[in-house]
Amino acid sequence: MSDAHRRFHDVVTLHRNRGEIERLSDAILAAAERCGFTKASRFAIRLAFEEAVTNAFHHGHAHLPGEPIEVEYEVAPEQVSMSVTDRGPGFRPEDVPDPTLEENLANPNGRGLMLMRTYMSAVFFNERGNRVTMIYRRPGA
Amino acid sequence: MASPESRLRITSRDNVTLVEFMDRNILDEMNVQAIGEEIGALVEGASRPRMLISFANVDHLTSAALGALITVRNKVKAKNGELKLADIDPQIHEVFEITRLTGLFDIHPTSQDAMKSFA
Repeated sequence: MSDAHRRFHDVVTLHRNRGEIERLSDAILAAAERCGFTKASRFAIRLAFEEAVTNAFHHGHAHLPGEPIEVEYEVAPEQVSMSVTDRGPGFRPEDVPDPTLEENLANPNGRGLMLMRTYMSAVFFNERGNRVTMIYRRPGA
Repeated sequence: MASPESRLRITSRDNVTLVEFMDRNILDEMNVQAIGEEIGALVEGASRPRMLISFANVDHLTSAALGALITVRNKVKAKNGELKLADIDPQIHEVFEITRLTGLFDIHPTSQDAMKSFA
């Protein structure tokens, strides 16, 4: 059966455990491959997924060790969407400094959000700032 | 010397420390931290470090890995040492370009090219 019209959707509670994170990443990427996304697209999707999950645990749950996050994804032939929600207080994305400015280049931190925005077609946050939604549209679609 | 749990292959040639990654993906925050600390210890153990980091085996990395590399670069610079990167996959090189880190690091196409460029 062709996967040209299939949609893969799931909502997953994710703990800060590399095995769990890898399994979910693998599931999303396998669905993306079945929907015809290229290796370059899957590189972008994986990078954004890793950055969002890292941000949720590292920043969102800085004071909530052991708490899980929630990831909802939908993979379809025309686009991939991923939402990552943490249980933290949220943050203001506009407060994150531009890491490409000369004065910030040697700072080891602060590139995750910029990479998500660069590699995804759209990235937006809820008002509280504890949920990020990322959309990757198939190039040329 | 690499620890038994090390995810790095560390060798020395012509007074240059060559660091290679054993994992294809440098993603996990905890692993990245351990890798950064291991390379950082190598830098701290040298009076004037000369280091080449090869990405020959690496397919994927994240901003956490970039952060660890920047920390290593800052330590090398503080000791007036030399740090070069090489063998970077085109997709990963694009990440360096997007983040403008191509201007911060001395990047060479191959390890051989990088070795020739040490002072």
